[in-house]
Amino acid sequence: MRTLRFLLEKEFRQIFRNPAILRVIFVVPILQLLLLPWAADYEVRNIKLAVIDHDHSSYTRQMISKITSSGYFLLDQYTNSYKEALVDIEKNRADIILEIPAHFEKDLTRENEAIVLLSIDAINGVKAGLGASYLQSIIHDFNNEVRSKWIQLPRFNPEVNIDIRPSNWYNPLMNYKFFMVPGILVMLVTIVGSFLTCLNIVKEKEVGTIEQINVTPIKKYHFILGKLIPFWFLGIIILSIGLFIAWLLYSIVPVGSLFTIYVFAAVYLLAVLGFGLLISSFASSQQQAMLITFFLFMVFILLGGLYTPIESMPIWAQWFTRFNPVTYFIEVMRLVVLKGSDLSDITRHIITVFGFAIVLNTWAIISYRKRSS
Amino acid sequence: MNEQSIIHVEQLTKRFGDFTAVDAISFEVQRGEIFGFLGANGAGKTTAMRMLCGLSMPTSGKAFVAGFDVYKQTEGLKRNIGYMSQKFSLYEDLTIKENIRFYAGIYGKSDAFIKDKTARLLHQLHLEDQANKLVGSLPPGWKQKLAFSVAVFHEPRIVFLDEPTGGVDPVTRREFWNLIYEAAATGITVFVTTHYMDEAEYCNRVTIMVDGRIEALDTPSALKQTYNASSMNEVFLQLARKAKRNGDEVKTA
Repeated sequence: MRTLRFLLEKEFRQIFRNPAILRVIFVVPILQLLLLPWAADYEVRNIKLAVIDHDHSSYTRQMISKITSSGYFLLDQYTNSYKEALVDIEKNRADIILEIPAHFEKDLTRENEAIVLLSIDAINGVKAGLGASYLQSIIHDFNNEVRSKWIQLPRFNPEVNIDIRPSNWYNPLMNYKFFMVPGILVMLVTIVGSFLTCLNIVKEKEVGTIEQINVTPIKKYHFILGKLIPFWFLGIIILSIGLFIAWLLYSIVPVGSLFTIYVFAAVYLLAVLGFGLLISSFASSQQQAMLITFFLFMVFILLGGLYTPIESMPIWAQWFTRFNPVTYFIEVMRLVVLKGSDLSDITRHIITVFGFAIVLNTWAIISYRKRSS
Repeated sequence: MNEQSIIHVEQLTKRFGDFTAVDAISFEVQRGEIFGFLGANGAGKTTAMRMLCGLSMPTSGKAFVAGFDVYKQTEGLKRNIGYMSQKFSLYEDLTIKENIRFYAGIYGKSDAFIKDKTARLLHQLHLEDQANKLVGSLPPGWKQKLAFSVAVFHEPRIVFLDEPTGGVDPVTRREFWNLIYEAAATGITVFVTTHYMDEAEYCNRVTIMVDGRIEALDTPSALKQTYNASSMNEVFLQLARKAKRNGDEVKTA
């Protein structure tokens, strides 16, 4: 244990002497939490609309004003032909074309039926899908308004009418930031934790100091613990700074207890740092280590359920997510921060991640060799 | 095995694929000796030394260092040796004192021992004023002297020095060799590789390695006599001319 004391003393001295590490610990969480939640918003706004109105009636005017007042659409311009509007789409000036045929009003009043055409630029699938459905529901609403004006509905509506009133639990206002911020915190702790550990060891390889360590009678697990413990502390500090910023900027206060978050994070960090240690024993330069960790964590984070729901991934990808520690932390953070889950609700998560920690660290100790073959 | 020999090597071989870096070398080093290991770049000096320090696994042959088998007893072996690699390997972002404390600490030395010996060492090296300066800010010559002092700080039985004076000016080299003599006077066996032939003259015995094999092994004066040469430089040139390998083929593994 005395050996470990000397290792920790040295490691902490180096960390606090390194301005780059201190910057990473403080500046990265602030910047990421300042910027990312605004970018990671799934609501689609500012959809550019081109309208071809062949009817020029009061109804069409009403309908168009209803569309633009919804706040989702920007009326790009009125054009006279579908061809012109298509040019707008090609030039990226419009996302959706709404073509209203001549005699729209006449058809609607006489035939009780009218047709409009929507053409949608589907390059951005999310924008196209959501834009079209917003537009459809607005037109549908407009249709109902028109009908209710014409037809005097009987006191008791003979048609069965199901009125759906959703109630959103745990995030009543459907605020995306409440959903994204806990996930971004996970990303932060994961990336910073694994990068710092991995780069630290590889740097010792590059500089050659690791050889001086390897020629001493030091035990392999002492060396690994000497690296693990300091970066574990850094991870906890980053998490704390992140939680503080989440409260400061977005007033996000975990519904569950902070204690639950820290217990899980403590175990989770062991797994992530073990992963960093493992990579470091295979990489021989800092560039190599950076590229490998960058590539792997890109996959882990995209398949971790931060941006897209895991349930909508194909079955094989869902299988992969079970072996992805990031998935568990994102889930736990959302459960605890939004839903107020406690330790007993996340026991399964803790046990699984602890398993990862054991496997990864054992593997790291085995693959760290003091002697080359 | 000879009673007095502290390093015993028999047919020690290291191959990387079909390249034989060290080819069945055998020798003995006596306790308290300054043993020079000479050879051109790529002759296999560093590889041989790394095997003796437990940093590289031999392909075949036998080797015992301070009585420990390099195959199986590396941890015991490592407790009894000091090592200074070609590459400067103290922590540049720690101070002189912190570096000494760290390395002495992981060799299991007590706080009292560390404190006491650090004070003496700093005095001896005239580094008292610099004790709390970062090692990275020291001039190269000082770094080398400090690295050597750290390598023998835990009082090993043998110290391995891999080209310790590379890139150092002649005055500092001289001072460096004084440190080596002082260490040898306390009973530490010194195993040193070099390609400076004037340094070979300072050794008790030298071996000359050519293409992974030991071509000659004796005291400098005996070697000069055998090869009918006036200096070690001439001896070396006569032997090194036979070399078929060139350049830095194998540095580390």
